[in-house]
Amino acid sequence: MQEVLKKNIVEKRILAPRDSRKTIGNISVPNPRMVCRNVNVYYGDKQAIRNVSIDIGCNEVLAMIGPSGCGKSTFLRCLNRMNDTIDSCRVTGEILFDGKNIYDPSVDVVPLRAQVGMVFQKPNPFPKSIYENVAWAPKIHGIVESKSDTDEIVESSLQKAGLWEEVKDRLDQPGTGLSGGQQQRLCIARAIAVSPEVILMDEPCSALDPIATAKIEDLIEELRAQYTIAIVTHSMQQASRVSQRTAFFHLGDLIEVGTTETIFTKPSHQLTEDYITGRYG
Amino acid sequence: MSPFLLLLLLLVLSVAGYFIGQYKALNLARKAGGASRLHSLPVYYGMLTALWCCLPAFFMFLIWLGFEQTIVTSLMVADLPETARSLPPARLNLLIKDIQSLASGNIVSGEITPLMRQAAAHYVELQGIGKMITSVIVLVAAVAGMLTLHRHIRPELRARNHVEKVVMGLLVVCSTIAIFTTIGIVLSILYEAVRFFRQVPVTEFLFGLEWSPQMAIREDQVGSSGAFGAVPVFAGTILISAIAMLVAAPIGLMSAIFLSEYADKRLRAVAKPMLEILAGVPTVVYGFFAALVVAPMIRGSGAQIGIDVSSESALAAGLVMGVMIIPFVSSLSDDVINAVPQSLRDGAYSVGATRSETIRHVLVPAALPGIVGGLLLAVSRAIGETMIVVMAAGLSANLTANPLQAVTTVTVQIVTLLVGDQEFDSPKTLAAFALGLVLFIGTLFLNIIALTVVRKYRERYE
Repeated sequence: MQEVLKKNIVEKRILAPRDSRKTIGNISVPNPRMVCRNVNVYYGDKQAIRNVSIDIGCNEVLAMIGPSGCGKSTFLRCLNRMNDTIDSCRVTGEILFDGKNIYDPSVDVVPLRAQVGMVFQKPNPFPKSIYENVAWAPKIHGIVESKSDTDEIVESSLQKAGLWEEVKDRLDQPGTGLSGGQQQRLCIARAIAVSPEVILMDEPCSALDPIATAKIEDLIEELRAQYTIAIVTHSMQQASRVSQRTAFFHLGDLIEVGTTETIFTKPSHQLTEDYITGRYG
Repeated sequence: MSPFLLLLLLLVLSVAGYFIGQYKALNLARKAGGASRLHSLPVYYGMLTALWCCLPAFFMFLIWLGFEQTIVTSLMVADLPETARSLPPARLNLLIKDIQSLASGNIVSGEITPLMRQAAAHYVELQGIGKMITSVIVLVAAVAGMLTLHRHIRPELRARNHVEKVVMGLLVVCSTIAIFTTIGIVLSILYEAVRFFRQVPVTEFLFGLEWSPQMAIREDQVGSSGAFGAVPVFAGTILISAIAMLVAAPIGLMSAIFLSEYADKRLRAVAKPMLEILAGVPTVVYGFFAALVVAPMIRGSGAQIGIDVSSESALAAGLVMGVMIIPFVSSLSDDVINAVPQSLRDGAYSVGATRSETIRHVLVPAALPGIVGGLLLAVSRAIGETMIVVMAAGLSANLTANPLQAVTTVTVQIVTLLVGDQEFDSPKTLAAFALGLVLFIGTLFLNIIALTVVRKYRERYE
């Protein structure tokens, strides 16, 4: 990685100037799961996201990187309308999920969030038992009918999240008693228990140690086979390890999109290059 | 010197001590080359000097206050003539009381004899001497304490540690005051209650079904037999509190949920203080409201559907009391629901839970300890409430579960038993203390049960 970066600087390429705010790179993919066009987000009078357009493809991991306050988390929270809980937040533009605009007034946000799950920066398991943490969402959505259905979903979700072996003997104990990494995997199990199509991850490893982080990254790689994943991360190493495409945000603008390899080896925008080479961030 | 003046002087001395100590420390620091050469900051030397000045002197003062009466009285008694000292103890006590009243210029029970006049004058004189001695001792102690410490001020003196130790001692004293007060209350009630139970058996009091607390003055008086069965009184208390909680718990909890989860910020900023105003209305005013508006209304609507409602009913009192305690439930519950971290709400919404599912399954369980705390506070308010019941539920001790009849409560009975000119050795008066004791034990158990329940079922989100 480091060598690639060094070589990169030596190579002479023509970069877009620093003050260019137009998105560079191919925003669309052949098989999109979510299509975002001209998304603007305002907090009161302040605009947090400007005209962002990007596709998120099926079974791909899209990494969103950028310096703090660039709007990547805000954008991620638009994708399952978590921003609705913030009173002053207003979203314009189109976010199509399976061909339907999720901000259309006719869309019910409850099933949408079941299909577009989310994992947060800080592990936030419910103060219930491990079993209940996973079983709760399927129960309230009426996915499960009998006890055996529930048991099955709990086991398979925990297995997919790579947590089953560690907790199978203590499912009745509180989820908050697990270690940080286990809690985060429990939150992932909770999200996949309702069989979502997309999983949004907002810096899922920033509160975890390197070993727990490695486990979550392996898990993301496995989950990609079944789900579409959008991940916000501060760690460029993590972005390069887990993602196929990377989007670079800067001060509310989507600056550059491309395959992860291109972004990290041959960025086309001066800002991207400065950021990934660690000149600021 | 009057005690007040003495304390003021002590305060002035302490302030002076503070500056003297600080001055010396600063001087030392200058010589040693900077305040960093001292163990503590100069203010701590000042504070320590002030403490040494006031604490020992203040203890002297307290000790004197505690023993003044005994010492002065015994000196005075020793100087009484032989004839007076050989009186039986009860008479002698009476005489001493009279002399003391005479000395302080109050009314005396009998006629004033020259002996008493003389003794009173002597008593005043002794008191004066006593005060003088105290003043001298206290001031000497203050100055001596100040000077001793002043001599000991050196750069190595760990002034900060000593001051902090004293401050910690003060904190300990403050925190134990509440505990000792509780113990004192229990003991004083217990003492009177035991006197009551010597005259009326415990079993009769606890299990008797009839309450008519009067004692005959003459043997042949009509209705001379008193009955001290407390069951109807406690049943009344439980009935009215239950009605009040049936009103307050759901309404309070739901308004808390509305305020914290549904209401927008501006509405909440207005509505919450408005709700809390309810708690500030004097209970007597609630009593008017219950007696003049609610009770007739219930009676009227009862008559319309053909039910006989007495004009003073448990229902009227319970309903109004319920309204009174709504703010206790709603305000506290609102605070604890608000305190549940946003991350838990996010977690619930992110798996597609609706607002009501989030509230019912995540927020309320997480906030349960606080909610139960609010409910407990409300229950204890309901049990202790007197005015509303006096005005709206009556005084007759009916043993009934019918909320449409008049009932009475423990606190109301205590008040009626103790109001007016009462002798403190009749069971009628002492019954008040027995009622108080049982009420106290009851609420204590309620608290213990609630704490246990909370500990068992709470969901910790930390």
